[in-house]
Amino acid sequence: MTRVLEAVHQLDVKGLQCPMPIVKTAKAMKELVSGDLIHVFATDPGSVKDFAAWSKATGNELLESSAIDGVFRFVLRKR
Amino acid sequence: MDAKIVILGGGVGGTLAANLLVDALGDAATVTVVDPTGMHAYQPGFLYVALGQANGRWLARDERTLLHKRVDLVIETAERVDPGTRTVRFASGGSIAYDYLVLATGARLVPEQIPGFIGAGQEFYSLTGALRLREELRRFRGGRVLVGVAGIPYKCPPAPVEFTLLLEEQLRHRGLRQRSEVTLLSPLNRAFTVESASKLVQPIMEKRGIKLSTFFNVEAVDPTKGTVTSIEGEEAEYDLLVLVPPHRGQSVIEASGLGDEGGWVPTDRNTLQHRTYDRIFAMGDATDLPISKSGSTAHFEAPIVASRIVSLVKGTAPKASYEGRVMCFLETGDRRATTLRFDYTHPPVPPRPSMVWHAAKWMFNRMYWHTVPQGRVP
Amino acid sequence: MTLTETEVTKTIDARGMACPGPLMTLIGAIRAGAVGDTFAVLSSDAGSKTDIPAWVAKARHELVQTVPADGYSTFIVRKAR
Repeated sequence: MTRVLEAVHQLDVKGLQCPMPIVKTAKAMKELVSGDLIHVFATDPGSVKDFAAWSKATGNELLESSAIDGVFRFVLRKR
Repeated sequence: MDAKIVILGGGVGGTLAANLLVDALGDAATVTVVDPTGMHAYQPGFLYVALGQANGRWLARDERTLLHKRVDLVIETAERVDPGTRTVRFASGGSIAYDYLVLATGARLVPEQIPGFIGAGQEFYSLTGALRLREELRRFRGGRVLVGVAGIPYKCPPAPVEFTLLLEEQLRHRGLRQRSEVTLLSPLNRAFTVESASKLVQPIMEKRGIKLSTFFNVEAVDPTKGTVTSIEGEEAEYDLLVLVPPHRGQSVIEASGLGDEGGWVPTDRNTLQHRTYDRIFAMGDATDLPISKSGSTAHFEAPIVASRIVSLVKGTAPKASYEGRVMCFLETGDRRATTLRFDYTHPPVPPRPSMVWHAAKWMFNRMYWHTVPQGRVP
Repeated sequence: MTLTETEVTKTIDARGMACPGPLMTLIGAIRAGAVGDTFAVLSSDAGSKTDIPAWVAKARHELVQTVPADGYSTFIVRKAR
């Protein structure tokens, strides 16, 4: 049996202000192959709406959008 | 112990802010306007001077007559601001201390940044330039006229379009139109910044045979060849060249390290505070905000700056917020004009050009001195 | 994972600013900047999606990236010459 593992990437954009969290995520996504996941950690509150919108516009699925102690985590899957 | 509020610049923004501050604070503050000349100019008038439609008499007044008597007026050139010691040094050697500082220093013209401009190109952004252009137009007997933009940002985005339309009309009235070709060199792919207004103006231009060159940002002038070149790599020939000169922030901003690479003050779009120094505010042409450099911008910003400083002096939380409000006229010739009113959340919806708006513009031109600096126009 | 970061020299937030508009402001920034400088322009104006790429192409600079977000887009432009 072959198991295909999706690569899980992490991106730390804490402290960066709009639009940089999403700009850097878009850039990072280029390194991923279809199916890979990326966990993005951000502190900019505008990111929540930005990631939802970007996900919808680009078709990269937003699997999770959560926050713990002021740090947002977005989990996206490359289409 | 009263708060010391210093305002650099006695233009529309500085004057209005000063008057609003003394009105609200009374004895709680000393408000001082520092201005290099003590003369307040009505810059929208220069365009009309260049076209021979106005003379200099109603264009400048003694700043003292526009300020509330409680405002101190110091006629000095501010040379350097030290945010650490909260002092402003004057070129003459004196200085003034502040608790709150308002940078209403406007913009300065730097035509020398464009090779070949000085001497070969005309401009109506200074009174001297407007008077010189007026004489040049008097001597003009027909030929290729180019109106363009030699630097961004610049004051009054409608001005090059207005000048082109009004000049073409003048050439017709003088019987020179058949012998002339009039071209607007636009930095964008349309005649004007606001798309809805461009849609009103372009058909007018087409009907009058005014040519439009798009994406033409003037880079240099060659006076011997009689050509102007663009950063996009194109060239155009002229007999009469009228350009919006490049602009920079004032020297005091640059010398103090308070500005960006263009000398513009990094400013918060709502609070109008300097992005680094919270006791320093900026308004009008001096800011780095990518909004219109227009008298109306300073006019609408002044109450926000005044209100926020009043709150700080009184120890309450500042609430006033600038929401991007701007109001401009755009003259289209034929005694007609349109108006552009907008803010950060409402794009402009300019009405079809009409005589009503042209009349309103001229009423504003005449009434300005009695109303705007004193805060009588909300 | 290694990332090649885009170092943004300057961010221009022109959202909600109808005049002179995001493209004009970008042109000014490019004129004032050094070759290699990279600008992030935020625009809520729908026209920017065609206007900005059109000018960047004519002026022979580089449109590095276009990133849609909530009610605006970010255009990353590099001064190429």
